Amino acid sequence: MTDDTTRGDVRLSGIGKTYGSFTAVHPLDLTIPEGSFFALLGASGCGKTTTLRMIAGLEDPTTGTVHLGEQDVTGLPPYKRPVNTVFQSYALFPHLDIYENVAFGLRRRGVKSVKKQVGEMLDLVQLGDKAKHKPHQLSGGQQQRVAVARALINHPRVLLLDEPLGALDLKLRRQMQLELKRIQTEVGITFVHVTHDQEEAMTMADQVAVMNAGRVEQLGAPADLYENPQTTFVANFLGSSNLIEAEIAASSGGTLALKAGDGKLSLPAARCSAPTGTGDKVLVGIRPEKISLAHADDAREITEGRNRLTGRVAATSFIGVSTQYVIDSPVCEGLEVYVQNVERDGRLAPGAEVVLHWNPDHTFGLDAAQDIDAGVETVETDAAEGAAA
Amino acid sequence: MAAITWIRRHLVVLAGLLTLGFLILPNLVVLVFSFNKPKGRFNYSWQEFDTHAWQDPCGVADLCGSLALSLQIALWATIGATVLGTLIAFALVRYRFRARGAINSLIFLPMAMPEVVMAASLLTLFLNMGAQLGFWTILIAHIMFCLSFVVTAVKARVMSMDPRLEEAARDLYAGPVQTFVRVTLPIAAPGIAAGALLAFALSFDDFIITNFTAGSTVTFPMFVWGSAQRGTPVQINVIGTAMFAVAVTCVLVGMLLGNRRTQKSA
Repeated sequence: MTDDTTRGDVRLSGIGKTYGSFTAVHPLDLTIPEGSFFALLGASGCGKTTTLRMIAGLEDPTTGTVHLGEQDVTGLPPYKRPVNTVFQSYALFPHLDIYENVAFGLRRRGVKSVKKQVGEMLDLVQLGDKAKHKPHQLSGGQQQRVAVARALINHPRVLLLDEPLGALDLKLRRQMQLELKRIQTEVGITFVHVTHDQEEAMTMADQVAVMNAGRVEQLGAPADLYENPQTTFVANFLGSSNLIEAEIAASSGGTLALKAGDGKLSLPAARCSAPTGTGDKVLVGIRPEKISLAHADDAREITEGRNRLTGRVAATSFIGVSTQYVIDSPVCEGLEVYVQNVERDGRLAPGAEVVLHWNPDHTFGLDAAQDIDAGVETVETDAAEGAAA
Repeated sequence: MAAITWIRRHLVVLAGLLTLGFLILPNLVVLVFSFNKPKGRFNYSWQEFDTHAWQDPCGVADLCGSLALSLQIALWATIGATVLGTLIAFALVRYRFRARGAINSLIFLPMAMPEVVMAASLLTLFLNMGAQLGFWTILIAHIMFCLSFVVTAVKARVMSMDPRLEEAARDLYAGPVQTFVRVTLPIAAPGIAAGALLAFALSFDDFIITNFTAGSTVTFPMFVWGSAQRGTPVQINVIGTAMFAVAVTCVLVGMLLGNRRTQKSA
């Protein structure tokens, strides 16, 4: 345990939180490596904010412990933890100016001369000229940067960010994502970032923990999560996936031969998180952008060894950089395919018979016992998110 | 046509000035008549300019004594009602406890009840308890009816306060006491100040409840009422004008400070 590499890690062991009969967070174990940018990703109410607040000390865990490196901080109040938070609505003190807001933490710890540090910190977030302003005189993006400065000036072991970009408009959000990433690289402090925006989590974080209904569904690097989802929730919540019900027909040399309706597909056994016995049911997953489309007339030109399905174009929508097709296949209705607009085939209009084909290595297999639609973002939940933010 | 356009353009200003006049005129009368030299005992008609009342504001027996008593009661009632009211407001907003709903509505009862009914009931209560009527009974009564106003003012402020601000303070190394002193109190301060000012004003010029609970003690409003039966000394107008001037000065200073602060930070 005294291994040097784990000295500054945040370790959550069996940490859980229940309110009466409602379980906000099921006991979970999580290790956040020192110096990493870590994202807790999930829809609202999945327990990600509760988990963050338990690290901050603003919420007492019902079970389990929180360690910062070797120190057990579970019983410590927030003001005794070397952890600082950037709150969702920034929570800047309205009666203090920007300078005093940033200096707050230093003054409470009895630091006498704060001027130099506050000045440097305001420069880091490029707000040196706003020191004497009150928070309400600043724009949303500026307030956000003050909130970051106010937390970072204390050199916390861990910086916790609770949906820090939720209140900003899209363009500013993109800008602040890069800004936060730059600051994190510059200061080298562990950042734990809570967000419901999968794109935000993937662009910023080194490691993402996808949470659902109080549990961590999967943990990994963004690309790993995206390419290799282990559950239907992750497959649908992170980007979108086509999930096709199939049955394992045979297994040979690390490759599974699958039967989906009357179609035959193959899947590397290593990319299947479900039991791989012959006759087992699996969900075959493939990302929409990995699929190529060919008109049925050109079917013979498709290289051997690729997974293929036949179908009919049900709808198309032109996005600009790409075209999104919805294909109805006898095997599965409503398959999504994204095709880059390099050479558009004019024949691929609604009603056209097509062949979908893709490299089998891009296929992933999931346990068919799960809800196939878990994590699919509907319009209703999106609107609720917007209202909540 | 030109006149109509002019009126249309300045209608809001005109209406505002007329309203202001309506509000200020009584105060002006008080001011003007404080320089009067009445013929008889009543200061109801203008005779001639004179400053004798201003030179000797305490020249009437018992006047300054009653004024001092009223100020004293108003001060203590304000302190008592503000401290209690602030605590009650925080408790009602922050905590869930039994009878919270009942207390929430009962606290408004003194505001809703006709004052004279409340005054009579208080007297009955005090007499049954065998309490000695005087300073303490007045003070208790004043704290009681000021309380609901303070609670209302502070509650509104505390309710609109983002609980995350206190969490942020705790997160930034402020313990419970520091959090309250550095964050909670300054943010709630405007509500507390409004409640305190209201309490002072209400207590200082209360007549009905005071009259019932005072026994033989005489406060300033009671003195004015009593003397109005036998004749009104000019000194009453002097005290009235002075109080008005103090209040206006306080408001002006407050506004100036506020302006300067916004200019500095802008």
